[in-house]
Amino acid sequence: MSYGPLLFLGILFTLATSWVGLVLLPHRQMGALGQHTDTNTAAIYPADRSGEAQQGAEHYRSLGCVYCHTQQIRPEGYGSDIERGWGRRRTVSRDYIHDKTVMLGTMRTGPDLTNIGERQADAAWHYRHLYNPQITSPGSIMPPHAFLFDVRTIGQAGRSTNALVLEGPFAPPAGQEVIPTRRAEQLVAYLRSLKSSGDLPEAPVKKEEAQ
Amino acid sequence: MINQSQTLQNKTLRALLPGDALTGGGTEGGKKAALAEIDASCRVPVLFFFLSGLAWLLAGTILALVASIKLHTPGFLASWEWLTFSNVRTAHLNTVVYGFASQISVGVTIWLMCRLCRIPLVAPGLITVANLFYNLGVTVGVGGILIGDSTAIEWLEMPRYATPILFISYALIAVWTIVTFRLRAERHLYVSQWYLLAAVLWFPWLYGTAQVMLLIEPVRGVVQAAVNWWFAHNVLGLWFTPIGLASIYYFIPKVIGRPIHSYYLSVLGFWSLALFYNWNGMHHLVGGPLPAWMITVSIVASVMMLIPVITVAINHHFTMVGHFGKLKYSPTLRFMVFGAVSYTLASLQGVASAVRSISEVTHFTHHTIAHAHLGMYAFFTMVMFGAMYYILPRITQREWPSNGLISLHFWGVALGIVLYVVPMSIMGFIQGTMLNDAAVRFLDVVQFTLPWLKLRTLAGLLLAAGHVAFVINVGWLLVRMFEPYRKPVVSILTGEAETVAAAKLP
Repeated sequence: MSYGPLLFLGILFTLATSWVGLVLLPHRQMGALGQHTDTNTAAIYPADRSGEAQQGAEHYRSLGCVYCHTQQIRPEGYGSDIERGWGRRRTVSRDYIHDKTVMLGTMRTGPDLTNIGERQADAAWHYRHLYNPQITSPGSIMPPHAFLFDVRTIGQAGRSTNALVLEGPFAPPAGQEVIPTRRAEQLVAYLRSLKSSGDLPEAPVKKEEAQ
Repeated sequence: MINQSQTLQNKTLRALLPGDALTGGGTEGGKKAALAEIDASCRVPVLFFFLSGLAWLLAGTILALVASIKLHTPGFLASWEWLTFSNVRTAHLNTVVYGFASQISVGVTIWLMCRLCRIPLVAPGLITVANLFYNLGVTVGVGGILIGDSTAIEWLEMPRYATPILFISYALIAVWTIVTFRLRAERHLYVSQWYLLAAVLWFPWLYGTAQVMLLIEPVRGVVQAAVNWWFAHNVLGLWFTPIGLASIYYFIPKVIGRPIHSYYLSVLGFWSLALFYNWNGMHHLVGGPLPAWMITVSIVASVMMLIPVITVAINHHFTMVGHFGKLKYSPTLRFMVFGAVSYTLASLQGVASAVRSISEVTHFTHHTIAHAHLGMYAFFTMVMFGAMYYILPRITQREWPSNGLISLHFWGVALGIVLYVVPMSIMGFIQGTMLNDAAVRFLDVVQFTLPWLKLRTLAGLLLAAGHVAFVINVGWLLVRMFEPYRKPVVSILTGEAETVAAAKLP
């Protein structure tokens, strides 16, 4: 095998096969996938994401949440994703068409977040969890994200309405309060927008479970 | 080496031995002078790549230790946003992959290509400039990750403003390797050259495609995931693996002075890798939201990888049979054989993890992290260490200053990586089994992993000790470059075969 040109062409040809097969073909097959409109209810899925939540998605990317949290539900009978209540159906390509960066994730150091907006709708829970995960989930190894909050002195008008309710060892010093920054608000808006359980022809939600 | 192989026909011999090991006419002294000239032409650029690569290795090691500690002690350094687990973990990956492993790869590729083509490096200054640009790119990229500009696309986290610098350097290096190849004085192509040529052609294609389709003009939806894993898996299989295998194919025959086991197996191994590996990537998405045909085709291709893996394993291990005694004397051989065995193990583990029923358990767990380190470290990094042990004395014309440090390096990293990979593989498997049982609370799974994660930090400390020992030895070697050369009683520089190396290693 000392003939250079043959080697050269062989090297280029072999990679070209999967470049076409795994890059160009999927792009043709799925690159233009759009929203689905339910013929009965006229509901559009997946719904557009609010501007606030889109900003939050950028923080999710920037903070690297994807390295410990997946956003994909495996099919029923494959893993325990659905049994754990992480989703009501498997996720499919159409669930991700609005994501600027698709963050499926490959590691579950923490639980899956595909439907966290549905599983945990309470914004106050998310703030306390982000501020220090030990408050809501003792024994968690998620790092505290206290840098997404401001600690400040309580003003003349009294405690702010958006101050975190913190007790015991997690409470700030007397006369101080913990306030979410804009980043925290946007991130929580994004987390609460995460809902991938719309009924789709390619991934129907079982009727008795959809109640 | 020549005496041993005189019984073989010259034609067969040419196919089985590296080009620079052949007599090719001329006197023995003339041949050595020609090799010395090639080594001298590579000195500056290869040293630049090796030294900056090692600097990034130290940085990557510190980042790895911090990330490892953070995973079992989340409060560690928690108040600095730029040092969150995700940032540190990502900075670690990018420093060791792009800063360390890729730079050592380029250094080894340049030197091997020149040696095998039997020509001195043309315009080494150009490669040195490419190196400076490359390091600028890695610095900007890792800095970008730490300030929160990570793209969150695995293996491609460096922000858009850093990657074009890297791409240009890569292109320069690739073009220059091909130019060297075209100008070759040795017309026979040895198996290592096939792999090296393939690696330098494949990488810019992979990197360019990924950059355009993910960062410059991002594709929509899960096509991103497909491009991501097509790239990320191929970086391992079509950039690092070929350079690792090229090195093993070169150094094992070279050090033990024996031709490779079979020419035909080397042809089969190369082309089956080229055909099957590049279809593997989607096995990172088993169970994921992609069309079933894509995942199935990748699982099939992953299982087909048994052909190149077993072929290469037979070829490497059978070449070594009967020569294990030489492991006592040659650091190059020690690291190479460790790497070659790990390549077989890593590949078999990879094939198994791609199968649906096993992936159901190991996907999303530390098993995958263990697998990545078995491939990138126990195979690839060990092979690169071995290559540096051979190349550095030749381009500097100085002997390794300390055998003790060589042993500390080898045993530190060898024990360290075994202590990393074996427990983490087992732990990942148990973790996956627990995760798949919905009756087990998620936080109980987290608690289960803690002691194992602490063990990993311990393994990391052993690896770090090995790295420090190596860097000290390299630094000492460089200091010796500025002293007059004193020939020791036994020298590795007098003969081509390294088996005459100084003293027996502990």
